[in-house]
Amino acid sequence: MNEIELLTWARGPGLFWATVIMFFGLTLRLFEILSLGRPKELAEVRDSGVRDGWMLILKRSLPELKHWKYITASYIFHIGLLVIIFFFIPHTQLFRDIFGVFWGGWPNFVIDFFAVLSIAAMIYMLAARFYDPARRILSNLSDYFAWLVTFLPIVTGYMAFHRLGMDYTTMLAVHILSVELLMISLPISKLSHVVTFALARYYTGSNNGRRGITS
Amino acid sequence: MSVSIENGINRMKELIDAPIASYFSSCTNCGLCAQACIFYTETGHAKYTPIRRVEPMRRLWEQEYTLLGKAKKALGLTREVTEQDLRENVELAFESCTTCGRCSMVCPVGNDIVYMIRRMREGLSAAGLAPAELKESAVRTLETGSVMGFPLKTLEAMVKAAEKETGISINIDQPDVDYLLLLSSAEVMQFNEIIGSLAQIFDQAGVSWTLSSSAHEAANPGMHLGASEIEAKMIQRIVDAAIELRVKNVMTPECGHAYMAIRWEGPNVIGRPYPFQVFHTVEVLDQLRQQGKLKTGGCEAERITFHDPCQAARRGGVNQPQRNLLNMVSSNFIEMKENRACNWCCGGGGGMNVIEKSAPLMQRVFNRKKSQIDELNVTTVVTMCATCRNTLEEGIEANNMDVNVVGLTELVANHLLKEKQS
Repeated sequence: MNEIELLTWARGPGLFWATVIMFFGLTLRLFEILSLGRPKELAEVRDSGVRDGWMLILKRSLPELKHWKYITASYIFHIGLLVIIFFFIPHTQLFRDIFGVFWGGWPNFVIDFFAVLSIAAMIYMLAARFYDPARRILSNLSDYFAWLVTFLPIVTGYMAFHRLGMDYTTMLAVHILSVELLMISLPISKLSHVVTFALARYYTGSNNGRRGITS
Repeated sequence: MSVSIENGINRMKELIDAPIASYFSSCTNCGLCAQACIFYTETGHAKYTPIRRVEPMRRLWEQEYTLLGKAKKALGLTREVTEQDLRENVELAFESCTTCGRCSMVCPVGNDIVYMIRRMREGLSAAGLAPAELKESAVRTLETGSVMGFPLKTLEAMVKAAEKETGISINIDQPDVDYLLLLSSAEVMQFNEIIGSLAQIFDQAGVSWTLSSSAHEAANPGMHLGASEIEAKMIQRIVDAAIELRVKNVMTPECGHAYMAIRWEGPNVIGRPYPFQVFHTVEVLDQLRQQGKLKTGGCEAERITFHDPCQAARRGGVNQPQRNLLNMVSSNFIEMKENRACNWCCGGGGGMNVIEKSAPLMQRVFNRKKSQIDELNVTTVVTMCATCRNTLEEGIEANNMDVNVVGLTELVANHLLKEKQS
């Protein structure tokens, strides 16, 4: 397999199967959670808790000013990742080809800026796993794995765009493959939080709301 | 009770529900929960990081309720939960956690960690590993109806004393009244001024109430122990008494966990809703205030602050009534820097105050409350939980602080106008 064939595979069957696995896996994960059910609340509630459930999904995204270094890094990396995925023009063109909807994109220098910031933030967050005693004791192989599969697409994308490392075709193929690795890792690793965080926040928020607690 | 790991594991499996699965599925091990936990902030020991307290349960969830985990288990790639794991977890789930729930307020993915710790305790208890003091306390309460094992006679003596002091007659087993009042052992023995205080308040407000000879205490060690079946028996006793006396409302004492057990967990552990309503004492007092039936005079001019009991405020949702009452009787009420749902725990709840081994740790983590009080330069700390009150008094004494501790009901009663409701 030469680099053209590798790229063709990555863009074709590779991307197709990674997408299938990601959607199937995340759906299964949601099913695994929801099928466990939630016990009916028999105490007389102060409120239905529905509004508080939805509100907590939004509110826990607001910045917590304590521990600002870690929180800021986390913000930068999450926002940076979203910007890169959804506003880099070649990406939006891919979405147009798949979904038929095109929303333009942002200039390359903006994306570049977010990519560099995200890389820096992620390196900081990795270091923070080592220097913070609570995080260090919690961290295990799956945390470092989740970090790595998230980090690779950003770095390989950055390298492909700037023609660094390998030749462009190979680098692009490696970039796409790393994205596919990320996609198939989503449902089977801690990265499933990209979907399940909303359930977790909803359950907590609505439970608190029923009891009249603003959380 | 003999040790049965299988029972413990089965109990935990039973209790893993959709919220717990979503919590484990979402945790990224960011460690921010540690910063919200007094046991971490006051000792610096990473082992106390809240989410670590439920690690055996996380492994069970992964192995039993996820496809990948099941596959890994079939291939022998997982580490089963062992007796050793559960034994080690007793320290984290019982001996160094007050189930205060502050960690649940800060988790970025929204995990209610203490919801899980509560169920982790169920598992350890079913395995026969719960601390002996909690088991003894639960058995004693089941047998005598009192956490400290007081017979009804003791309560009757206290009631007589309160009647003599206030000149108001106090009912026991009087049917068809507005409120059935439940007490806690601490209130019967140490803080018994609350009986007279409430008698005066209700007398002025024209509210009818009674105590019950079959259900006089509200404290429920079954909840701390993580033994729902014991908790349910204690709840049922109260439900039976309330039904027999045909009361419309049940009033829980100034006790955080009793409120949590009766108000929120009770109907769920007995499996059906109550035919009556449940209120914390200060909720009732605040309702009387709103109705104009609570008439007080004069204000405390000294600087006072309020300690929110975790189970009533953060976990139970009683946050405003105490403030309305405090502002009624104080002109100098100052909030702690972190209050209401974000208040710091005193360190005595969750059954930790009866676990002998935990005493030095309890003393150590009181430092946080100490600094919260110190920075306000107050003369008095008011609270609405007998366990918090005891913990505060002990901590204040041990640290040679010049601060008084007062129960809110007592403070309100001290300002009661001597006039009757017409």
